[in-house]
Amino acid sequence: MSDQPLVLGIETSCDETGVGIVRGETLLVDAVASSVDDHARFGGVVPEVASRAHLEEMVPTIERACREAGVALKDLDAISVTSGPGLAGSLMVGVASAKALALSLGIPLYGVNHLASHVAVDIVEHGPLPEPTLALLVSGGHSSLLLVPDVTNDIRSLGSTIDDAAGEAFDKVARVLGLPFPGGPHIDREARGGQVTIDFPRGLTTGRDMERHRFDFSFSGLKTSVSRWVQAREAAGEPVPVADVAASFQEAVVDVLTRKAVLACKEHGAQHLQIGGGVAANSRLREMAQSRCDAAGIELRVPRPGLCTDNGAMVAALGTQMVLKGREASRLDLPADSSMPVTQVQS
Amino acid sequence: MLILAIDTSTSAITVALHDDTRVLAAASHIDPRAHTEWVSPLIASCLASASLSPADLTAVAVGNGPGPFTGLRVGIVTGLTMGHALGVPVHGICSLDVLAAQAAPTVRDGELLVATDARRKEVYWSRYAVRSGHVERLTFPAVERPADLTDDVRALPTVGRGPVLWPELFPDPVPVLDVDAAVLARLAVERARDGEEMPVEPLYLRRPDALTTAERAAR
Ligand SMILES: [Zn+2]
Repeated sequence: MSDQPLVLGIETSCDETGVGIVRGETLLVDAVASSVDDHARFGGVVPEVASRAHLEEMVPTIERACREAGVALKDLDAISVTSGPGLAGSLMVGVASAKALALSLGIPLYGVNHLASHVAVDIVEHGPLPEPTLALLVSGGHSSLLLVPDVTNDIRSLGSTIDDAAGEAFDKVARVLGLPFPGGPHIDREARGGQVTIDFPRGLTTGRDMERHRFDFSFSGLKTSVSRWVQAREAAGEPVPVADVAASFQEAVVDVLTRKAVLACKEHGAQHLQIGGGVAANSRLREMAQSRCDAAGIELRVPRPGLCTDNGAMVAALGTQMVLKGREASRLDLPADSSMPVTQVQS
Repeated sequence: MLILAIDTSTSAITVALHDDTRVLAAASHIDPRAHTEWVSPLIASCLASASLSPADLTAVAVGNGPGPFTGLRVGIVTGLTMGHALGVPVHGICSLDVLAAQAAPTVRDGELLVATDARRKEVYWSRYAVRSGHVERLTFPAVERPADLTDDVRALPTVGRGPVLWPELFPDPVPVLDVDAAVLARLAVERARDGEEMPVEPLYLRRPDALTTAERAAR
């Protein structure tokens, strides 16, 4: 066991300062300092607030991760870090810190793709990734369908959102319904007490759209439609059935996500579907994905919620795979790339 | 003693190694948009040129700024992380103090002004008194539009990129534009000798550019 590589991973692409430590396929610690409470007052993530919090939390989070894992920095075999995509100012704090660690300790550094890390994290949860895996990544920042023949160097993008990210739609609809930020958990909770009574539109699911945007998503029309529906109710002086609106909106999002994900599995010969990103915590998404996968004979893999949201463990998990597969380390002058394409696993 | 100094508050990414008596190695690269890329490689090359390894360091000093936030943080987090990884103390020094110290030899006894590029048509600035080579800061660093500084302040010999950007407003430029970590290292050595506290704290001088939902509602 101890001949397995010991890797520390750093994640700072948005508002979570994450440091995880993985040995081989075993997660030793996942330390996260979130600045989400700072952002709640602003009704959304403010990049400068996030960057300042990363600077304050970076070293304390590294320290805490090592202490909780009982690992000394000098025992590490490599450092991995999210080098993109994400908020530029936030990424730079993590990348600079990771370089400083690698330089101080004299060990290799891997700058890796945030989305690839979301896929790799399932290795520490459910063991080696089946090849290929089909991954649906849904959060406030991403909505992607990926075909993953090899998470360390071959990721193909089948589709992504053409406007809002799925999590963004949850935040915006939550605002319309007077629910707090971040919207996802609140909509989920409200929806459990409601009924799917309104037939909101499913973006990019019919006719020509299924030819041109087969595996792409669009949520901005849905958001507009919800807000028009609510406004019409208010204008008529009628109460807004918040729980029913939440349930109906959520149903529309989840229906499109799972329908396209399962279709992609079938068409690309993937026996496994993995869901990651903050929206993967949504209970209705998990439920519908499970029943559709069961019906199609596909195995569904969803890491536990703490590993679906942004964290350092996922970056460490991918870093460990880079070491095990003998990938060359990144150079010390690697940049933070806020628009790093998903097809580029390493920088 | 071996101190590593790092500053990323100006257009230069600058690092230096100082052994308590002299500068052993120093390197700078001018690129206001590439702090993340350059700082660690410059540290590695300084250590290599002095035939030293990170484990030889006994302290780290960083420039606290003020400076454009994104670049500033890169130097500070690099210093803090190295200090933690190597188990050595990390000191912070106001970057405007360093510029003033760099300019001191070129001005006669009297006052000088440091005015650096704060972006958004503003400067970070502070006033200093120079007496027989000794530099003393007279005002806490501030951020303002250059036209809002009083005429007598702007007339002082002025260090930094302020005069490059607004030559008509700063009539007496001193040709010292960016921080030199070799001088930062020397200041850190002197202040440590004097037993001065040198906390690491980024000098942002501006609050984040966003309104809270309550503030937005009040508009
Ligand atoms: Zn993410």
